Order: sequence, then structure tokens, then C-alpha cells
Amino acid sequence: MELEYKVEGGDFTQAGYASSQVKKVLKQLGINPIVIKRVVVALYEAEVNIVAHAYRGVITAFLNEDGIRLVLDDEGPGIPDIDQAMVKGYSTASKEVREMGFGAGMGLPNIKDNADEFDIVSEVGKGTRLNIFIKYI
Amino acid sequence: MDNKGQNSYYRGLEIMADVCIGCSHCMKVCPTEALRVSGGKATIHAEWCIDCGNCYRVCPTRAIRVVDDDFEQIYKYEHRILLVPSLFYSQFEDKMDVSTINNIIGEIGFTEVCPVEIGVDYLIEEMNKYIDESPVKPVISSYCPAIVRLIQVRFPSLVDNIMTLLPPLEIAAQYHKNRYVEDGVVAENVGIFYLTPCVAKIVAVKDPVGGYKSPITGVINMDLMYSKVLLAYKQKRFGDGSIKTNEDITSNAIRWASTKGEANATKGVALSIDGISHAMEFLEKVENGDIEGVDFIELRGCDESCAGGILVRGNRFLVSDDLHKRASVAPWINPHVKEIRKYCAEYMKFDGVQPRAFMKYGSDIKIAIKKMEDVRNLKKILPGIDCGACGAPSCEALADDIVSGERELNNCVFMQVKNEKAGTLQADEAISIMEKIWGKKYDS
Repeated sequence: MELEYKVEGGDFTQAGYASSQVKKVLKQLGINPIVIKRVVVALYEAEVNIVAHAYRGVITAFLNEDGIRLVLDDEGPGIPDIDQAMVKGYSTASKEVREMGFGAGMGLPNIKDNADEFDIVSEVGKGTRLNIFIKYI
Repeated sequence: MDNKGQNSYYRGLEIMADVCIGCSHCMKVCPTEALRVSGGKATIHAEWCIDCGNCYRVCPTRAIRVVDDDFEQIYKYEHRILLVPSLFYSQFEDKMDVSTINNIIGEIGFTEVCPVEIGVDYLIEEMNKYIDESPVKPVISSYCPAIVRLIQVRFPSLVDNIMTLLPPLEIAAQYHKNRYVEDGVVAENVGIFYLTPCVAKIVAVKDPVGGYKSPITGVINMDLMYSKVLLAYKQKRFGDGSIKTNEDITSNAIRWASTKGEANATKGVALSIDGISHAMEFLEKVENGDIEGVDFIELRGCDESCAGGILVRGNRFLVSDDLHKRASVAPWINPHVKEIRKYCAEYMKFDGVQPRAFMKYGSDIKIAIKKMEDVRNLKKILPGIDCGACGAPSCEALADDIVSGERELNNCVFMQVKNEKAGTLQADEAISIMEKIWGKKYDS
């Protein structure tokens, strides 16, 4: 099963919509609550990343038999140095974004910690694609 | 429905099919969508029911019955103790004070009457320690059994947030049982009865969570007792005053069952939320991790908490107001805390609450995903107005029922009209479908 959500850059009030929808679906499927929590945390962080850094993006959730795959595609500035972006505490978020309580530099590392598979590709000036997989068991 | 009338969970409510007119009022207010109308009668999915009593409240024909215990059974016991919630007294006019009512309860047949909230002051001490030490926050009160069931069924990830300390009702019951036994009375001769303002508490006594077994012998319907007390009063049967009573109760104890009763007595950041829909809205946020810095949440299923219980005859706002008035002139210190601790300390904690999540689409994940996809596709076809004419509370519920084979797409009136126009459904077939759901509501 496939679920798709559109995300607009800068729209913080909508950040969290996709993760709460996906949560609802996983709950109905009877997935272990601990796994659901990991999915929600990872997806929420990834959603916020699009809102905080990109212009727009599309989130696609694939519900497979063994786990959930989340693909987050955004159009945005891209990440010039992914290794640096993966360092805990490193952030390029604007002052405004930080003032709203986001952009502490924990997003990507946190997503990776919660995922069973984590893959990120980015092209500067074009956008970023994040591909994560979390197993149900 | 396959689980009608037989289930592994004790249920406090029963639909009397001979009285039910299949009007669907109950179906529309059920917070867990556990009700359907079929064959002109309401039916219930037992394992989804949380005993909140919303259906009982709205039933216009009183077709929903409370499964309480027979009053006459109290006479099987030599010592007949009635645990009375303080809100019971707040339903009567002022001149019927607590002592008058207690004496009447003696006249009606009990040998001792005790406030349910007698252990509250001891509980507050334990709760504050518990909240302080709990690694899981916010701690959710175990007080309202409908909320505990709601969390088990709908928010299984939060079961570990539920405080594993006994509610005041069970503390009072333990206290009395152990006190009598220590005085040398044979336990079989002691009957401990609880006067309940709601059905959720009946279920909590009969089928408790967390591996606990309640010493409560029977549950008495508060609505019934209200009538008995009022009748005795009108007939001037005031009792001979021989009933044993304990009227030492503190402000915190009197207020406990009302909204903020717990939250105001606990340290730290404590919230109080009443009403099932408000509780669900907040639990959703807690589950998403949106709530930070809150130590404790008091959640009650009924509006105005227990004053709004379905078996409370008094108006919930007036009852609540009276509780607060009585609390304002009550003492602050309970002289019995030490004694209660002595009798109850070893029983205070129960094992954690287990989730009771319903697997809507079954436990095979492959099939579940397929079913869910089917439901999503059906939802695109259905009108999305949740009119309930199909006998299910919402279009989503109908889609679920279709996928599980309990209903068909033609149960939807919009589909019927569409198919009639296309010539694939005859008018008399449509009528027959509607009669299957609603029974004969008119001459066709």
C-alpha cells in the first residue's frame, strides 16, 4: 500500500501531518507501539527538515509486509556536505527556524538512529532525497 | 455480529433486543465505533466497548440495561458494608444531611457505611512519590476505568503511563476487609458493596486490570439506591441509628471524584481533563510526543467527572458545586492515614496494564495491509457524510464492515440511488436492503 503527502516549505503548522497520518495507519494494522514511535519520530524529523530547509516536497510511505519504507523527495537548496550534516548538533537552520524551536542539528542523526535502513542523496541547488526503512519486528 | 452476547470481557451494559427500536442514537455517540444497527436492533462489538456509558445516556427507550448485582444478595452476609462515594450525598436536598442519609442506608439493610474516598489522603502521599519516581511521563491516573479501557483499546502505546496504584475504591475495600479479618471475623461473613455512579466501575470491580482481584462482593446501582433512600425518607423510615459510620473525611477526599480532584492534590505540573472526546484528543497528542513537561494527567470519561456518571440522578453541575461547598468546610487532615497504610500498603500496587488493542484487520500483516487498501479505495467511492443510514456510524466504519464481509456496498443509500438509476438495483430490492438494516419502519 502506498500513501502520499505533499509538504510546503515554511509551513510549520502543517509539519507533523504526514507522521500523524502514518501513525494512524500503523496503529490500525496493529504494529508494535515501540516501532510506531520510531517511525513517527523519524518521519516527523524528516518532515520538519523539508519545511525548514526546502521549498516543497513529497513524502511517500510504502507499507510492505516486513516494514515501512519512507521516501522523502524535496526541491530545495540541497546539502553540500552530508557527512557534516550527519554530525549531531550541526545545523544550518536560519535564526527564525531556531526561534521556533527547530533546527537544533539533531534531525538527521535522530532519523538515522530510528531507522533500520537510511540513505540520503542530495544535489546542491536541486534537492534532497531521503530513503528510510523501518522493520515492523 | 459474531461476538454478540458472548465475549471474553465482562460487560457492564447490555442491549435488550425486545426494547431496542434500532434508532441508532447510541451508534452515533460511541467513541470507539463499537455499535451497529442490524435487523432493526443495535448490536455491540464487545471487545471495542470501553463501558463509557455514552450509549446508555442517549437511548430514548431505555433499551440499554446496566448489568449490576441483585440488591437482595446483601443479606447473605452478616456484615454488610456499603462504600458510598461522597457525591451520592450531593444529590439530595440540604436538609437530608450525611448522617440522615447514612441512617437511612442502615434502615435499607446495611450494617456499616464508609466513604469510598477514605483512603485518598494516603493515596496522595503514595501518588506523589510514584509520580516523582516514574521514568515514564506524563503519569496517567488509574482512577477512571473507562479511561483505562480507552487506553488499552485505542492508545496501547500509553499503557505504561498508567499509574499502577489502586484507586480509592479498592483501597477502601482492602481496608475494610483486612480490618474485619484482623478483628477475628470470618471473611465469608463480610460483604463489601460498592455504590457505583457508572458502569465502567462495575466492570473494573468484576474484571480488574493488572492481575488484581477485588475484595468487593457486589456492586449496587446508585440510581436504584437514590430511589430507595428518597422513598425511605418520604415514608419517614429514618433508621434506628445503629449503623456503623465513619464520617471523618477530608476536603481532598470529598473533592476527589470531581474534576481537578486529583490534579489539585498532586505536586508538579498536573492537568485535569474530563469527557471522553477531550481525553482522546489529548491522548493523541501524548502519543505523538507533543506533550512535554507534564507530570500527571487526571482523565475522566464523563463531563464533570463522576458527578456526570450515568447512574447519578442529580444534575452534574449542581452535584459538583455541592461537592466543592462541602469540601470547603471539611477538615484537611485524615486521622486514619496510619491505619489505612497498615491495612493497605501491601496491596497498593498492581501489575502494569496490558494493551487490549483490537486488530481491526486481523493479525496477518499481509492480509491486513490488503484489507486496509480495500478500505481506502472504498472510502473514495462512499459519500463521506457519515449519515449512518447504512447501520454503521461512519463511511469508514461501513468500508471496514464491507471488507470484513459484514455489510455490502449497497447498504449505502447513495450507492442504492446510483444503482437504481443505472438499472442494476430495483426499488423493492433497495427497500428490502433498508429493512434488513433498520427493520420495518413503515408500511412498504
